[in-house]
Amino acid sequence: MSALSNSNWDRRSVLRAAAGLAALGPLAACGGNTGREGGGSSGKGLVQYFHAYGEAGTQEAIKRYAKAYDEARVTTQWITGNNFESKLFSALLTDNAPDVFEFHPQLQMIKSGQVAPLDDIIAPVKDDFNPADIKSHTVDGKVYGVRMIDDPQFFYYRKSVLEKAGVGVPQTLEELAEAAEKLTTDKVKGLFLGNSMVSTNYALVWAAGADQLNAKNEIAYHTDDVAAALKVYRKMFTSGHLLLDAPADYWDPSALVQGLTAIQWCGMWAMPVMQKALGDDLGIFPFPSAASGAKPAVYNGGWSMFVNAKGKNVDLAKEYVKWLWIDQKEYQEDWALSYGFHIPPRTSIAESATKLKSGLPAEGVKLFTDYGRFDNISWTQAMITALEEVIANSVRKGMDPEKALDAADKKVNLELKKLFG
Amino acid sequence: MSTTTTRDATRPAPAKVSKTKPRRGMGGSTFNFWLFTGPFLIGLVIFVYIPIGWSAWLSFFEARYTVTPDKFIGFDNYKLMLTNGDFTKSLVTFTVFAAIIVPVTWALSLGLALMVHRLRFMKAFFRSVFFLPTACSFVAASLIWKMSIFSGVRFGMMNTVLSWFGVENIAWLANPNPPWYWLVIVTVRLWLQAGFYMILFLAALQNIPPELYEAAAIDGAKPGWQTFRYITLPQLRATSTAVILLLLVAAYQAFDEFFNLLAKTTWGRPPLVELYYTALGDDQDYGAGSAGAVILTLLICTVTLLQGRFMGFGRGEETK
Repeated sequence: MSALSNSNWDRRSVLRAAAGLAALGPLAACGGNTGREGGGSSGKGLVQYFHAYGEAGTQEAIKRYAKAYDEARVTTQWITGNNFESKLFSALLTDNAPDVFEFHPQLQMIKSGQVAPLDDIIAPVKDDFNPADIKSHTVDGKVYGVRMIDDPQFFYYRKSVLEKAGVGVPQTLEELAEAAEKLTTDKVKGLFLGNSMVSTNYALVWAAGADQLNAKNEIAYHTDDVAAALKVYRKMFTSGHLLLDAPADYWDPSALVQGLTAIQWCGMWAMPVMQKALGDDLGIFPFPSAASGAKPAVYNGGWSMFVNAKGKNVDLAKEYVKWLWIDQKEYQEDWALSYGFHIPPRTSIAESATKLKSGLPAEGVKLFTDYGRFDNISWTQAMITALEEVIANSVRKGMDPEKALDAADKKVNLELKKLFG
Repeated sequence: MSTTTTRDATRPAPAKVSKTKPRRGMGGSTFNFWLFTGPFLIGLVIFVYIPIGWSAWLSFFEARYTVTPDKFIGFDNYKLMLTNGDFTKSLVTFTVFAAIIVPVTWALSLGLALMVHRLRFMKAFFRSVFFLPTACSFVAASLIWKMSIFSGVRFGMMNTVLSWFGVENIAWLANPNPPWYWLVIVTVRLWLQAGFYMILFLAALQNIPPELYEAAAIDGAKPGWQTFRYITLPQLRATSTAVILLLLVAAYQAFDEFFNLLAKTTWGRPPLVELYYTALGDDQDYGAGSAGAVILTLLICTVTLLQGRFMGFGRGEETK
């Protein structure tokens, strides 16, 4: 006899249980964070996406700012791990897309209508923003996104370690390679460029006198000097003087603080932690010149706030962005200076920031001003990966740099063709 | 012996079944069937079959930054993926990977099963010990392997052990020459998978009738290799076929450990990581990504069918 045909259990009980579960549904929903709950004094809701910052207190700060907004209840999705981009990109295709989100200016998002122009909210204070920030967010005269923070990236070093080894601050890429060799001991590696070595991509190109794209949006990174610089990188990689496979990547100050390396590429955000751990035994310098006559380079990263153009509450989202990232100067200053160190993109805030006026932070600001280069809005995600593959193939795998650059050219040209025809 | 008076009294009463009114078009067993399988079937349709269909549909459209495209482009996405060196290279790499990891995992899980099966004490303990890693996520295990065991710094576990023998630090994952990263990947996969397949083999080993071994012993078969070769292994044929099938599919669908261990590399990239970067990471090209997914599905189906035909999948019971 089939077990299925024997109705020993009480079917009504099962149905009652199912009905009970269904009744519990709304209760469960009360406790769930759907990201769409109404709230605030007006009953309207907004969702914002943030990647997880490494500095302690940042998540609480963002939620505190959002809670202070009276016109809508703002829910924050704090996305951990290294998949912020993929989560954002996939969410933007759905009805559950965030209303506002932080990201970097990229042309493909504008071309595909994913982000809204924000000229109307920026116009009154446009002159107060760093002009380079405005330029890096502008397409066809329209400004997309409000810069929240500028994050210069440069080399940090232990002054005492360099002095002990008789090494001066490197002025060229070759000198950097030599310094790495002299500073390497049984316990300490000379230099940390990040685990995948792609964090210095742009600085390497700029310091070799090239650029990602030229003014006509054509490839500008493929030069003899860049290929030569890649060979120096390869030499450093195979020499055993680089810190590789560190537990935390370049953005975390632990490699330098824990004494795993003497020099580390990192962002200005990590300066307070490094200063707390190392005191005055800490110096900074830009990515040194990698070609004759070329200037050193500092990558001015950062994060900007964008409004989802296809969202359900575009106007409200713009109002929120205006309120937080244009009107609330105390929050902007708090965000830039109370956790890690970032340079406020608003000139009026940057000028009044006493924490950046002296000592190492002031040196960081000077490097930002003297050598800083900003994001190119036409340099998109696919191009970013293409250049990262050049490092993977030519530096770590040993492919001829010219061939690696040729392979990148194909991918970048394909992307440029899609963007500009 | 009475055959007439006691018959009705001893027969099991089919009271409940006979009293139930027959339902129109849906008997009790049918109702039960749908009650239990219905929710799963709905889930299967919504989360598996519709996405597969949608993906196949997307693969014929230009779908950059959208999953509801309107520009039909025929087989262009397929051409793009098949002429894209990265994707085709990943298919070849993972055919090689499958050719290595499948027999190694098969042998290890079978070896563990034989070992645990023969234990006279603490059998349940060792069975649990070997099975427990299956409960760990690939992501968590990958991070432990990367940051603790195979970290490239001097206090990484493997480097610490090697330093006792005077060996310098090895960058296990950063340097593709020599390709130590395969050691990291293969060990984490073996640790996570072998226990599960061991359980399958254990179940199969317990189903082998002891009479077979007794008969073999009477016929003069020596215990050990001879018995294993001529009795155990043939009796495990159906299970082995199923295990190899599952391992093959798992090898081609590898993602988590490769994504977490080898980020920003161009080597050791499985097809699914390539598709992930095509669809989400770089291009947001859902059309090309879908075409790649269809190609990969067809490849897995072909390899599976060939393997099934070669090893006689589903014929295990008949050939016993």
